[in-house]
Amino acid sequence: MTRATKGNHAARAAEFIANAERTQWHDQALWFVRAKRDKAARSVPEWERLRELASQIKLHTLARLPEYLEQFEEQATRKGARVHWARDAEDHNRIVLQILQDNRVQRMVKSKSMLTEECHLNPYLQGHGIEVVDTDLGERIVQLLDKPPSHIVLPAIHIKKEEVGELFHRVLGTQQGATDPKYLAEAARAHLRDKFMKADAGITGVNFAVAETGGLVVCTNEGNADLGISLPSLHIACLGIEKLIPRARDLAVFLRLLSRSATGQPITAYTSHFHGPRPGGQLHIVLVDNGRSRIRQNPLFRESLKCIRCGACLNTCPVYRRSGGYSYQNTIPGPIGSVLGPLRDPKFNYSLPYACSLCGSCTEVCPVKVPLHHQLFTWRGEIVRDRLLPWQKRLAMKVAGVVLGRNWLYRLSGKLARWVLPFLPRLLIYNRLNAWGKHRELPVFPKHSFRESYEKKHGRKQQG
Amino acid sequence: MAASSKAEILKHLRSTQLEPVELPELDEPWTTYQDRAEQFAEVLQAVGGRAVRAGNLDEVNRELDQLPAYAQATKVCSLVDGIRKANVQMADVADPHELEDVDFLVAPGQFGVAENAAVWVTDQGLRHRVLYFLAQHLALVLPVAELVDNMDQAYQRLSFAEPGFGLFLSGPSKTADIEQALVIGAHGARSLTVFLV
Repeated sequence: MTRATKGNHAARAAEFIANAERTQWHDQALWFVRAKRDKAARSVPEWERLRELASQIKLHTLARLPEYLEQFEEQATRKGARVHWARDAEDHNRIVLQILQDNRVQRMVKSKSMLTEECHLNPYLQGHGIEVVDTDLGERIVQLLDKPPSHIVLPAIHIKKEEVGELFHRVLGTQQGATDPKYLAEAARAHLRDKFMKADAGITGVNFAVAETGGLVVCTNEGNADLGISLPSLHIACLGIEKLIPRARDLAVFLRLLSRSATGQPITAYTSHFHGPRPGGQLHIVLVDNGRSRIRQNPLFRESLKCIRCGACLNTCPVYRRSGGYSYQNTIPGPIGSVLGPLRDPKFNYSLPYACSLCGSCTEVCPVKVPLHHQLFTWRGEIVRDRLLPWQKRLAMKVAGVVLGRNWLYRLSGKLARWVLPFLPRLLIYNRLNAWGKHRELPVFPKHSFRESYEKKHGRKQQG
Repeated sequence: MAASSKAEILKHLRSTQLEPVELPELDEPWTTYQDRAEQFAEVLQAVGGRAVRAGNLDEVNRELDQLPAYAQATKVCSLVDGIRKANVQMADVADPHELEDVDFLVAPGQFGVAENAAVWVTDQGLRHRVLYFLAQHLALVLPVAELVDNMDQAYQRLSFAEPGFGLFLSGPSKTADIEQALVIGAHGARSLTVFLV
């Protein structure tokens, strides 16, 4: 596969949809989650008001981010935590490794954190001889398969229970052919309890960091984050600087939106608030920039920093549901990933803003009102301007521009098409150059154009 | 090294002055419920837990005895005085790993939220907070008078002035990571009973 193909969402999606039955199954699984979200959102009369407030709070925080970061550091330090600052992924990984080495950590358990995925922390730590176990069940499944998560909230949404059964049989010794989710989850519970008991340190992501109190909030349904950090005495929490919110009371707004948007639950089973380390333990907080301050400078895409990573835009996206998380080849897939990906690497991710029908559903469900489809549309303009599209597409656009811009040429082209195309051999029309005709047939051409019919009926009007 | 990263990040952020946006006030007429206990019980059931009304501690004990998980439990830890079967003394436990085999925990809830059946619990007076997550089954004792309507009221009760740990618990531990099939008892408690007293 050439680099060009690898960098193209449509080509990668083609691999996924080659299996029609699986595509359908994936689509339905995510639609099920979307439907649960709708039900949960409708149960809250002030839902739209909450979205508006959440958006405002985030915009306010972004505007005053340096002040809030300093306030957070001051408060967290006062409560006994140690705060570290990392300008990029490399910095972040080095800081985490240093803390682990200072504490002679050999085995580490980790709960879900898209940030550490973004920084590729796992392979880095493993390269330094530290065992890293992802403890969220979905994340553990993909980790054992040596794959990244395909969804930010449901990491193993693309994997069938038969595949989990086979994997667990091979790795955990479950019965061959067993596919009952309850049985498999029970096996994982026993396996991971052992890992929790033996861990020397726990790493968590962070859902919200409160500037006013220096506190961290971590949400899980499984309880894995809490188990991982309350057995060993060392807790490292890694967060992007956009996770800040001003006041503890703001949590009321965000927590009412987050899990309803994510999975349709009224709140996660465990919503833990950490203010300082536990008695006798250590809490290290790593604040990571890694490109966020640059996004904040960009007026076109700044609002993407409001994202609270609920995954609602993925679940509702007709393209994501039918192309799978891996087709984006980006830590964060789906609509929000298609905005963030090109911000990180526009050349490699140029095709992501095109993995979108501009239906606008993502913008409708986003709990913090990120104008997702507007941003994706804006991206297309940027990508064309920066000449990042492949030459075929550029040429096609150019030709279309010339034809559509000239009345006589447009009419002539229409005439020619109606005369000539029906007589051309298929091969000349449906070939590699005609991406449009890949899954579509041209309609039967009418004898006359609309203009010709109109003129015939109403007489020739003066030229406009 | 760390100091310079901090300076660099803050400098980078300060180099762009953004239009100020007002921080909204949150005093609004949020949803309230006619019968908070009923709403709480309904939501708790929907998230896989169970609410049980109990007049007093005697009734809590009687109701606990009815629970198969409790009846079969060998090691029971209670942070609520007067739970008859409690036999794990937290004061004797130096290392949290020793709590691995606790079958049942009974703990007090500080207050509950009708909207989402979340109960606020803390590690105040609790040596090892891991107990909330390690115990196989969990029961909380929550005064019915301590139910608030919604999350906004909940946060108005919390100050976070001092270091410490607090947690909104809503239902037992769960996962749907295998084909979206709901499984109760992922890593933490396999069941949650809330006694409204």
